[in-house]
Amino acid sequence: MQQYFLPIIIVIIIGFLAGTILTLASKFMAVKVNETVVKVKEILPGANCGACGYAGCEDYAVALANDPTIKPNLCTPGGSSVALAISNALGIEFEAVAGKTAVVKCSGTYAKTNYVMDYRGLQSCAANKMFYRGRGACDYSCIGYGDCVDACEYDAIKIEGGVAVVDNDKCVGCGLCAKRCPNNLIDIVPGSNFVYVGCSSNEKGAVTKDKCTIGCIGCKKCEKICKFDAIHVINNLAVIDYDKCKNCKMCINECPVGVIKFNN
Amino acid sequence: MKEILMIMFSVILVDNFVLTKFLGICPFLGVSKKLDSAVGMSGAVIFVMVLATIVTYPIYIYILEPSGLKYLQTIVFILVIASLVQLVEISLKKYIPALHRSLGVFLPLITTNCAVLGVTILNIDENYTYIQSIFNALGAGIGFLLAMVIFAGVRQKIEYCNVPATFKGIPSILIAASIVSVSFMGFSGVVDGIFK
Repeated sequence: MQQYFLPIIIVIIIGFLAGTILTLASKFMAVKVNETVVKVKEILPGANCGACGYAGCEDYAVALANDPTIKPNLCTPGGSSVALAISNALGIEFEAVAGKTAVVKCSGTYAKTNYVMDYRGLQSCAANKMFYRGRGACDYSCIGYGDCVDACEYDAIKIEGGVAVVDNDKCVGCGLCAKRCPNNLIDIVPGSNFVYVGCSSNEKGAVTKDKCTIGCIGCKKCEKICKFDAIHVINNLAVIDYDKCKNCKMCINECPVGVIKFNN
Repeated sequence: MKEILMIMFSVILVDNFVLTKFLGICPFLGVSKKLDSAVGMSGAVIFVMVLATIVTYPIYIYILEPSGLKYLQTIVFILVIASLVQLVEISLKKYIPALHRSLGVFLPLITTNCAVLGVTILNIDENYTYIQSIFNALGAGIGFLLAMVIFAGVRQKIEYCNVPATFKGIPSILIAASIVSVSFMGFSGVVDGIFK
């Protein structure tokens, strides 16, 4: 009989010991899980895009649960429905999501900017930038191999005529493309109707003009005509302050090269 | 001392668990994408291997062998290893949550990692003493770490390559793994040479 019972007893004893130790360990080393964090995390889209300014959906959920002053409407991919659900779950006031859109600050298509090389290497903006500082004459131009297209999870950006173009209907303003662009050409701006400067060149007007027919030459005409003190030429480049801009479009008509545009 | 060094060297380089004995391939392919999670996973494996050996060796020598129950080896060892892994997971979750998150599903997978079961069984098969077994387990874990770190580097190189569409993803990685494994054959005989 012993040959049947001994193995059974041994396995049972070892299993029992292991079980007891594990139970004790889970009691002593239990981690308190904040239930609101779990609830908020379930509401969030889980794309971990970072549009809210936190490292991922979980970080945002933790921040929301711990700090009531943090606004529940920072998740632009989720939109107003997510913001509403979060404010209901946390019992704080609901605010509509201020929509954000990516905008490409380069207008130098094939026709307008010269290419200075016939690049045959790895078809990626980052690689081209690393080895040759971009394939266009202008160091601040869109390289056009579509690193931003790869980065976009919403299929909202594509390359047209050698320059990235954002599809406003699809863009949620998460900023993944902006992080990827080696020339930092992509900006995230509030709303979907706005005036923007389609150029990032910090070079002097004459130099820019040589390289591109639609580059900002820093003439300051827009700065003079703006009634709201919303556009300034900084480092030979017109920059719009979106807190002040009223979308009056005066600067668009004034710009001699037509680089200031309206997005709608 | 010389014997322990010999065991460690041979299990790290010549009889590398991953690249020569082909044990523990699942985490080897699964977690080697990023260097830091590869190192974290290897750390967990080293820890579990040593701990498993410390616990299973006496169980075999003092309980199973005297009562003639050698055939219970596998099931008892798996039982012990599974609860050890659970223990490691609980303590990681408490003390190093970042590592716990980055290891994700692979931590419970150590339970069924044949490298851990393999090292405990091979210790018995090779008739090592208790001390030798522990160092053999430590060496096996370090060998695992070595393989993971080397392969994480190789994989990062593959990421930047223009791989033909047919070989994209897992096929290219499996081929790379086999080449790394073949390269480890170059170590055979090294230990005999060192400790002549």
